[in-house]
Amino acid sequence: MSTFRYYEPESVAEVVSALKDNVNSSVIGGGSDLLSEIKNGTTKPNVLLGLSRIDDLKRITATDTEVRIGSMVTINAVSSDPVIKRDYGALSEASAGLATPQIRNVGTLGGNLNQRPRCWYYRNPLIDCLKKGGTKCYALGGHTKYLCVTEGERCYIVHPSDTAVALSLFSAEIEIASAGDIRRIPIGSFFVSPSENILRETILGPDEFVTAVYLPSHAPESRHMSKYIKARERQSGDFALVSVGISLKVSSGTIQACNICFGGIAPTPYRSIQMEKYLVNRSVENLDVSYAAGLAISDPKPFPDNEYKVTLATNLVKKALSDLICDL
Amino acid sequence: MNTSLSEYPSSSVNLIVNEQAHQLSVRDHWTLLDVLRDVLELTGSKRGCDRGECGSCTVLLDGVPVYSCQILALQSQGKTVITIEGLSQNGVMTALQQAFLDNDGGQCGYCTPGFVISSLALLRDNPNPTDKEICDALSGNICRCNAYGRIIESVRSASGRN
Repeated sequence: MSTFRYYEPESVAEVVSALKDNVNSSVIGGGSDLLSEIKNGTTKPNVLLGLSRIDDLKRITATDTEVRIGSMVTINAVSSDPVIKRDYGALSEASAGLATPQIRNVGTLGGNLNQRPRCWYYRNPLIDCLKKGGTKCYALGGHTKYLCVTEGERCYIVHPSDTAVALSLFSAEIEIASAGDIRRIPIGSFFVSPSENILRETILGPDEFVTAVYLPSHAPESRHMSKYIKARERQSGDFALVSVGISLKVSSGTIQACNICFGGIAPTPYRSIQMEKYLVNRSVENLDVSYAAGLAISDPKPFPDNEYKVTLATNLVKKALSDLICDL
Repeated sequence: MNTSLSEYPSSSVNLIVNEQAHQLSVRDHWTLLDVLRDVLELTGSKRGCDRGECGSCTVLLDGVPVYSCQILALQSQGKTVITIEGLSQNGVMTALQQAFLDNDGGQCGYCTPGFVISSLALLRDNPNPTDKEICDALSGNICRCNAYGRIIESVRSASGRN
């Protein structure tokens, strides 16, 4: 592993100024992904900033209007939090099912959102692909089984985060600290496609880091039911082939609101706006679930060896929607 | 704090390993596994994949199973660590270790320390786990000899419901 200096600032402001003062520095959460990247040589930071001295980043707090999850809250703590379980079930399910027990014990929500893609050409230190500033995407003409089936452009990664998909159902906001400023942005604006920036997956600048995630609170009568389902090759430790999160608000037998988001099919969490539009204001009684599921991906462009993902996405969302309606 | 880069950054870290307190000088980029194996010479925790995937380096850090290969020694500052060496007392194995031996729960043995540590945390929190709970708790450990059936049997027999 390449060498670096590690230290733990005492405050958010100190982190930001250290990021600014040290070119090629990075914050580190649990380190599960970042240390792999450093060992592989795909990134070589000079300075790592540990965040564990900043208590504010390690708490889940709830007010009448919102729930705040600090970026250093572990995945295990997210999955077992009673309020998250009750009001944001899909987030709890996504957290409980990701990676392995050991990773969930140290991995953080901020780290999960900021992990780098799993494309094996990107991960291979000997391959200088477009995402690493090279001149070629080696997936074209290569192995594409795990890559995206929509919204790829020059680079065909999928975003690996399960929690990002679940958070996209609940109008989550990401809190970002930068020099002299803390701002909040909708999660839909946090992730960027390769067409916007091929080198990064988020809008974070070099001197910025994620401090928290906010979820709006709802009165019991306006809460959504939600579900997260993940298809993978092994029962544990695997990233999603395809995953889907769905949230529904049904009253008097009619779907009042609906959010659907897929993981594993696009370079960012993929909101299925067309399927949401179809479902809203429909009666659950005579709902054509198969037709609705067929709308999942608006314009799929799979590679020859990942066409299965289109079928998988359709079937997964069919199951998730049917399960939720059966639970009514 | 001066954050400028020195050539080979090193720092001091306090760890309590198997109930013994240590103050150690470590390189900043050393993992907890590096320190356990190469500084403290506790070689029971194995370096398998070195990427947090196989589980053979699993230790308890403040009581919870973690991959010691994928956490910096400095991130463990002030914490307690239990490795496989911390289990037996005066050369006598714990009931859990004995159960692995009796049930042939280790084949080549390389993954066994990690499986035992994960099982230890499980049985502490849940003395009577179902088979599914055993599988879930051990799902971050890989046995390439494929002794899973006997590993699960070992944990089952060490649990209160054997």
